[in-house]
Amino acid sequence: MSRIKESFKNKKPLITYISGGDPDLDFTEKMIYQLQDSGVDILEIGIPFSDPLADGPTIQAASQRAIRGGITLEKLIKKLAEIRDEIEIPVILMGYYNSILNYGEERFACDARAAGVSGIIIPDLPFDEDETISEQLKEAAIDQIRLVTPNTATSRIKAIADRSSGFLYSIAHLGITGDSSRENPALKSYLTRVREQAGELPIGLGFGIDSPEKAKKAARHADGIIIGSALIEKIQAGQTEEARLNNADSFVKSIKAVLV
Amino acid sequence: MTEKYFSEYGGRYVPETLIPALDELSQTYQTIKEDNSFKEEYKALLADYSGRPTPLYYAEKLTEYYQGPEIYLKREDLNHTGAHKINNTLGQILLAKKMGKERIIAETGAGQHGVATATVAARFDLDCDIYMGAEDIKRQALNVYKMEMLGAGVIPVKTGSKTLKDATNQAIRDWVSNVETTHYIIGSVVGPYPYPEMVRDFQKIIGEETKKQIINKKGKLPDYILACVGGGSNAIGIFHPFVDDQDVNLIGIEAAGEGIDTGRHAATLSEGRVGVLHGSRSYLLQDQDGQVIPAHSISAGLDYPGVGPEHSHLKAINRVRYDNIDDQEAIQAFRLLSEREGIIPALESSHALAYLEELAPKLSQDQTIVVNLSGRGDKDINNFKKIREAEADEQN
Repeated sequence: MSRIKESFKNKKPLITYISGGDPDLDFTEKMIYQLQDSGVDILEIGIPFSDPLADGPTIQAASQRAIRGGITLEKLIKKLAEIRDEIEIPVILMGYYNSILNYGEERFACDARAAGVSGIIIPDLPFDEDETISEQLKEAAIDQIRLVTPNTATSRIKAIADRSSGFLYSIAHLGITGDSSRENPALKSYLTRVREQAGELPIGLGFGIDSPEKAKKAARHADGIIIGSALIEKIQAGQTEEARLNNADSFVKSIKAVLV
Repeated sequence: MTEKYFSEYGGRYVPETLIPALDELSQTYQTIKEDNSFKEEYKALLADYSGRPTPLYYAEKLTEYYQGPEIYLKREDLNHTGAHKINNTLGQILLAKKMGKERIIAETGAGQHGVATATVAARFDLDCDIYMGAEDIKRQALNVYKMEMLGAGVIPVKTGSKTLKDATNQAIRDWVSNVETTHYIIGSVVGPYPYPEMVRDFQKIIGEETKKQIINKKGKLPDYILACVGGGSNAIGIFHPFVDDQDVNLIGIEAAGEGIDTGRHAATLSEGRVGVLHGSRSYLLQDQDGQVIPAHSISAGLDYPGVGPEHSHLKAINRVRYDNIDDQEAIQAFRLLSEREGIIPALESSHALAYLEELAPKLSQDQTIVVNLSGRGDKDINNFKKIREAEADEQN
């Protein structure tokens, strides 16, 4: 069984997103250790891209800071390879297709595996377009986590779930990351529909979860939850490095407390 | 590959949320384009609302100036709203109505597509928001007033390079969030399938008319057709009906901005590599890490680091040649046409006109060139005023 799927056994895992290299790789390394110590179950690390069209203002700004700080996909993978023995929880890379296409699909799958990466999310690559990369990832034994949304047709949810491994990423509402103003009133029926198609595959719910209250609600219907923008905002609110790490710690713990 | 591609270029590289909307759009479009009542309504609007067919004008004074081939201008600048953009927005607004959408969004660079979209939204009584880069809002103030006058909201985009690329990102994000009520009218032959094909189909009227008109006037096809290329909609529009006419040389002109060597340009097809931006695989200005490099051009409409996938295909099969013209050359052409012909061209179209300097002297008097005059230059007057003032300062 994949390490990611394993994390869903006997618990509802907390999956947290940070942008790689925001504002530099040294801080990302420290933050990875912090999140791991605070109780995060799966780490999602964003590959910063100049035009992240599925992301809201918080992750856009994080990507920009990282790019200004000189991050590249090559440097990010190298760093992960360097510290792979220190990371005890599964790592997922999340990035836009152009970054991976530019790096080279085969090379990416190979290097990501060597860096200990367990899963990949590519938000702008529907399964209709991705034959090459999905074969490469399968060969490298890296989970390809795909996304479904409330407006995805049931037959397509099945097709997406059939082509996913690790977990199925269910987007809570129509929109971009970090938009916590919206709530999907039909969340329960949506996730019931997803579950009927997903079979054994766990369901992770993300987009707009920014508080323990929302996390608790989300976890009622999903197998795990994903938090990105809200965590980044908490981190950014800290004035010093220490404060940033502390903010992450207390936020993660507040979420973990409701996921038991 | 599939129908979504022009050889290897095109596709649908978008968040999953947009897939149902793109499916709906493809299906509606495939049905509607064969539907007679749609075709008639569209044709009637092009004729009576926009003023088609636009003339093919023999530019006698420009021909005299170059003392070579006969030069014809396809007067897309005479369309309602001042550019070819309305051909596409009229088609797409009918589609939006058919799909029962309540709201329209669009991106705009020079503001021409924004104005053309705001215009049809007013005419068909749909809510309308236009995303425009904060930098472009400064450069194209006149068009901002027009859009507002037409009842559209103009939303400044302050992220990234604050130009067309970022306005497009923001329009896509809006669409992802409001996809059930909103139709996104993309203004060029870019974006995910079916946009590149659909926008081309709405623009190919330019080439179809040109073909009839030149045959009427000259009894033969032109030797050359020139058009500027940003995303590439006016160029595809005039090229497409001639693609199978191998004797007609097709040349697309990109913006070389401050010069190719400076790195500050928008010459995607000459200087880019294949990548994925805004939903399709095509040539792209990008750095070693795959980050998109902001484009630069004096003309906001060409200031785009991507290009329509069909252009990448036409380049790959060597059917269209792509070259570039820098800011200064475009300004010269802008002046020349104004002074010689009494026609003030858009700075975008001035790039195609400027290529005459290179091409015309090589051709003989029995040859003909058609230049697609894709838009008029009213919107660029402020820009030109600044240029004049700067020149006056230098002389003093």
